[in-house]
Amino acid sequence: MAGGKGTAAGGKEITFLEAIRQAMFEEMERDPAVLLMGEDVGVYGGAFKTSEGLLERFGWERVIDTPISESAIIGAACGMSYLGLRPICEMQFIDFIVCAFNQITNFVAKGHYLWNAPAPMVIRGPSGGGVHGGPFHSANPEMYFVHTPGLKVIYPSTPYDAKGLLKAAVRDNNPVLFFEHKFLYRRIKGEVPAGDYTVPIGRAVIRREGQHLTILSYAAMAHSSLEAAEELAKEGVEAEVIDLRTLLPLDEETIVNSVRKTNKCLVVHEDTKTGGIAGEIAALLCEKAFSDLDGPVLRVTALDTPVPYAPTLEDYFLPNAKKVFAAAKELARY
Amino acid sequence: MRFLPEMGTAMTKQMLRELTPQQYLDLYYYMRLNRAVEDTMVKLFRQNKIVGGLYSSLGQEAISVGTCYALEKKDWIAPMIRNIGALLVKGVPPRDIFMQHMAKYDSPTKGRDGTSHFGDLENRHIVSPISMLGDLIPVMTGVAVGGRYLGQKIVTMTWIGDGGSSTGVFHEGLNFAATQKAPFVLILENNLWAYSTPVRRQVPLENLADRAKAYGIDSYIVDGNNVVAVFNAAREAVERARAGGGPILIEAKTFRRLGHAQHDPAEYVPKEMRAYWEARDPIALYEKFLTAEKLLDAAGKKEIDEKLEALLAAEREFAENSPMPPAEFAEGGVYCTGDDCHPIRPKWERPAGELTPPKSSVKPVWTVPGFGSGKGSGGAGAPIHFGDTRVVAAGAMASNGRPGKTAAKPNAKSAPKKAKAAAAGASRKARR
Repeated sequence: MAGGKGTAAGGKEITFLEAIRQAMFEEMERDPAVLLMGEDVGVYGGAFKTSEGLLERFGWERVIDTPISESAIIGAACGMSYLGLRPICEMQFIDFIVCAFNQITNFVAKGHYLWNAPAPMVIRGPSGGGVHGGPFHSANPEMYFVHTPGLKVIYPSTPYDAKGLLKAAVRDNNPVLFFEHKFLYRRIKGEVPAGDYTVPIGRAVIRREGQHLTILSYAAMAHSSLEAAEELAKEGVEAEVIDLRTLLPLDEETIVNSVRKTNKCLVVHEDTKTGGIAGEIAALLCEKAFSDLDGPVLRVTALDTPVPYAPTLEDYFLPNAKKVFAAAKELARY
Repeated sequence: MRFLPEMGTAMTKQMLRELTPQQYLDLYYYMRLNRAVEDTMVKLFRQNKIVGGLYSSLGQEAISVGTCYALEKKDWIAPMIRNIGALLVKGVPPRDIFMQHMAKYDSPTKGRDGTSHFGDLENRHIVSPISMLGDLIPVMTGVAVGGRYLGQKIVTMTWIGDGGSSTGVFHEGLNFAATQKAPFVLILENNLWAYSTPVRRQVPLENLADRAKAYGIDSYIVDGNNVVAVFNAAREAVERARAGGGPILIEAKTFRRLGHAQHDPAEYVPKEMRAYWEARDPIALYEKFLTAEKLLDAAGKKEIDEKLEALLAAEREFAENSPMPPAEFAEGGVYCTGDDCHPIRPKWERPAGELTPPKSSVKPVWTVPGFGSGKGSGGAGAPIHFGDTRVVAAGAMASNGRPGKTAAKPNAKSAPKKAKAAAAGASRKARR
């Protein structure tokens, strides 16, 4: 595995997965208040090996293999956070996060507002489709939580962001949900700097500048959007591609500024269409940039169905660069 | 419905050895305070000064008070809605409880939540409940495990009802606590009613303490209307948990004297049942005991009456004079904004050298004795641990098709011998 099992292996290309492992390793090294809890995170090193080597280094008081009890994991982490500890909870697949829905939305998220109790904790896990995981191992459940005041929701697309944002999440005084698109785990490599760094939560980043239209996306679809933008450029359409990175709180400023410049907006996400963040962004643009819009806010998303298993069905279900390209072409005509 | 015959009549002289006179009087004072606070709130409710519902612990005061009184100051609690007594023992002033119910701006949650939904992380170590039952069990498990990691030697305690013991998170939480050997004590208040549903329709068990067997932990059954018995059981459980014995479940048998909340006349409760329990009021019983043992006389009682009256009048006045929160206070406060909002610093009570720099050789502060060395296993290093439960052979099946009594023989060795005498009063080990 790139980066070895040791501390900061900076200044070189590492996988998305290794970025996450390094972030956890370095944060636990830096601060004894950081712990990791989850199913098979210890001896086995995590189902995807994101916690490989952590048990050996930090011992089993800090790397806790739990029973298959998502509510207990989240609840216990919340209790630990009340003592000033900073637990990281791994959901073996993010699909299982809904087993702890009540703990997250009612207990963890509401504590600071209601009784002034901060809960510094991270809930992270592999999400997303494209790997033929079927309906229970491919979910993108981010919007359940974007709709929950008190949480922060991160969904990065590059190793650099994954590492920097996960470190920022661990240091944040609030409960942070950190989604890791499993399609990117071993497919995407990127450079991370040597030494410690964080990426600020709540800031989007412009991946590609352009003046004809804005494509907003995140996670795996940020890559598909960039791919589409390159194709669009061949036809003379310069798309500005923005990677949201954080979904809650949303970087409204970057979104609105870009649309004020390009006057057109396409939102791309792998989440299903109804209730996806694209609708929220469309409403935001109506409120804040209505007179700047030269066309409708369009959406490219997954279908409103569960994630199907067969590759033919899943490929049809998922958005991809071709669908983004087609929608962008349509939008460019306005 | 079978009632334990000794219910409410088990206050014996034997208990006199266990407590100091001051402890006896403290238990009395807090139960009286608990009832007086709730009586005051009933008045406020009838005057329409309470914003939402009002839940009563009438007749259950011995449980909240007796259990929480067994804790040390550094220990953590998470009370449920009928545990105002525990809040009072922890030192929460009655005005805070009144203002919470009245949604006042000076209340601990400044009107953002009501009833006993408030906490105090810094000073009193109280975690706020939420309305969903059972959620406090994993949370308090986490506080217990976290406290152990920090070296704080704390015990955590929460309460659950007979109804709440049917939730999934009850199982997840208690099971996790057991696997972690968390210093955690769970009080199961069996008040026989989950809103309008009798316990028999909630749980097909005579004793809810039997649930503990499923998690491999010890349990007690105690007369919940006998405050000394409750205290003794809780004290023993807390000591054992603090010593590393793992979580303990205490079932306190009692009865919910009023409805689910003020709006509920509880007409579904049989008259005979109500009469049985009303004759076993925990405060009246205890007063009789204290008087007989010359720990309390008429003058002492009058003194407490007057003290409570003056205290509650003042607390109530303060609460009534507090304003409602300004409307715009609804906004903001969702996030902790950083150090200026909450400087989050864990209180390490372990040598830092043990932890920094991290070493995989850091010694755990607890171990799982016997893992891999149970009687039924192949000894230490065996691939599968059978614990001490004997494997049921085909011939051991009783004629009714169920395993014979010898099938499961829990390990009783973990209970300290000396504690047995202390619990020999009304508190006793769960039926096995």
